[in-house]
Amino acid sequence: MFDIERWQEIFETIGKNKLRTFLTGLSVASGIFILVILLGFSSGIQKGVKLQFAQDAESRISVWTNVTTKEYKGLNPGRRIQLHNSDYETINTKFEDEIEHKTALYNIWGGRVNYKNEFGNYRIEGANPGQQFIENASLTSGRFLNQNDIDEGVKVAIIGNKVKQELFKTEEAVGKTIKITGINFIVAGVFTDPGGEREEQRIFIPISTAQRVFNAGDKLRSVAYTVKMSDNFDEAVALSAAVSDGIEKEIKSRYSIAPDDRSAVRVFYNLEEAQQIYGLIDTMRLVFWVIGIFTIVAGVVGVSNIMLIIVKERTKEIGVRKALGALPSSIVGMILQESVFITAIAGFTGLFAGVALLEAVSPLIDSDFIKSPQVNFTTAVSTVLILILSGAVAGYIPARRAANIKPIEALRDE
Amino acid sequence: MIQIKDLHKSYQMGSNSLHVLKGIDFNVKEGELVSIMGSSGSGKSTLLNILGMLDEADLGSYTLDNVSIKNLNEKVAAQYRNKFLGFIFQSFNLINYKNALDNVSMPLYYQGIKRKERTDKALHYLEKVGLADWATHLPSELSGGQKQRVAIARALASDPKVLLADEPTGALDTKTSYEVMELIQGINEEGKTILVVTHEPDIAEMTKRIVNLKDGRIIDDRPVNQILAKAHV
Repeated sequence: MFDIERWQEIFETIGKNKLRTFLTGLSVASGIFILVILLGFSSGIQKGVKLQFAQDAESRISVWTNVTTKEYKGLNPGRRIQLHNSDYETINTKFEDEIEHKTALYNIWGGRVNYKNEFGNYRIEGANPGQQFIENASLTSGRFLNQNDIDEGVKVAIIGNKVKQELFKTEEAVGKTIKITGINFIVAGVFTDPGGEREEQRIFIPISTAQRVFNAGDKLRSVAYTVKMSDNFDEAVALSAAVSDGIEKEIKSRYSIAPDDRSAVRVFYNLEEAQQIYGLIDTMRLVFWVIGIFTIVAGVVGVSNIMLIIVKERTKEIGVRKALGALPSSIVGMILQESVFITAIAGFTGLFAGVALLEAVSPLIDSDFIKSPQVNFTTAVSTVLILILSGAVAGYIPARRAANIKPIEALRDE
Repeated sequence: MIQIKDLHKSYQMGSNSLHVLKGIDFNVKEGELVSIMGSSGSGKSTLLNILGMLDEADLGSYTLDNVSIKNLNEKVAAQYRNKFLGFIFQSFNLINYKNALDNVSMPLYYQGIKRKERTDKALHYLEKVGLADWATHLPSELSGGQKQRVAIARALASDPKVLLADEPTGALDTKTSYEVMELIQGINEEGKTILVVTHEPDIAEMTKRIVNLKDGRIIDDRPVNQILAKAHV
């Protein structure tokens, strides 16, 4: 391996056939290049989609109600189903063991909000403290809602980062008074959301306060939960499904809704969607790998082919070497090493070209679904291993052929 | 040095088998210079290949320097060739992308000798054949005679027991042939055992013993009054 003589020989033979070696190398290099690009983008898509899910907790379950579409127990279709505080409490008690975070929600769209001379229209959501975790929100300053706010019906507001920027500019927001639909609230905290600006154009206030100031009584728009996440993704999905199903049945029985009425109560759970999309991404990744590997295989076949020609051309030389006492193993080693060398150099070129392209293109890509396409360390290492392996595979048959050359036949004068 | 008893060899040519060697008995003592003559098809090259362990006999025994050469696997055959034998070919068979010095040091490389020592030895043998000044030249820059001298230096480099020369002058003109023979005679004088396959009578006359082959049998084996090549150069 570290034999200077051996390396000299490899460089000499490569030097004699520059174009041929270059073309062969090109096929390997482009194979690796394509593999790297594909893998980079698949990881970019993965990251993008993960981020889409990150705007809310992964195990979020949301419950919405609408009008009934089926008549049931003598009740006409077209009934509007309205959730109440009691529904929320019943569900909380019933699924106490499975639920991690919970919130009841009462929101109004486009509530006018003033701070001094600045104003804007934002979505105002009455919520419970659990909302922070369900929304995956994190605080940049101040605090989130607490149980005391709910119990006392305190007029505090937690505003989104975007709201803060629009109303307060660079000013500190926490502790200031803002007017929400003309009513004074004190800003208690500012939050950010991985979902981005759209999610940050919201203001959270205590649910009890919201019901009072918007004259909602004990009505709720929706309720949302997260279930306790298990380490096993499939188990988590199953638990989510079971809880969702249980909640749906509970509400249907409380409001006498036909069990097969799909529009009156809607229970969504993120994990189901997440599972589907992750499955899709995994499939895509697999397809990318397969495409990439087959491209490399094509390159490897090329290298193997060239090595066969080289062995054929050097038959006489190999015969001489054997007559001079070359062991079969040293002939095999010579051919294998040359093959691994060509594939490795070509492959690394492709690898670096691919990584360089990804690095160059990465900042230019501005899409919600592709985030910073890159190849990670593991991928790079596995590609390198594939390379070395394929070099050895490419060289094996020609090397066997070379080792089997009989000096007597090679040296026969034509 | 070499003992051969009742050597048989046949080749399968399609459906018919060709009996090339039909019982060869043949001994060579240390320090001999023997020429093997015969028309083409007489089996002289086959005999040389068997002697050179490039081919194996079907029947009979072959002993080289008290080692029985029988059923060798490739690895052992390669080691024996390296240790016991030096080859000189009609078409020189130098490796064309290596310079004279590297060509000569090739057998030493396969003996696992260190680079420094290899170069020293190779240079010594190049000097011996009078080509020390050409050490860094590629074979393509050498004349036929020079190439054969490099090949001889290469054959000598591993200090083998026996030199096997297959038509060493076949590709050379008369003058160069005699120069090469002069070199071979000189090496023989130093005590090396040499076998030369040739079909040229004048070359055969420059050895010490002529073995004539015809149709796979030795028909004549006689000592010669060696003609010194020097006289003709």
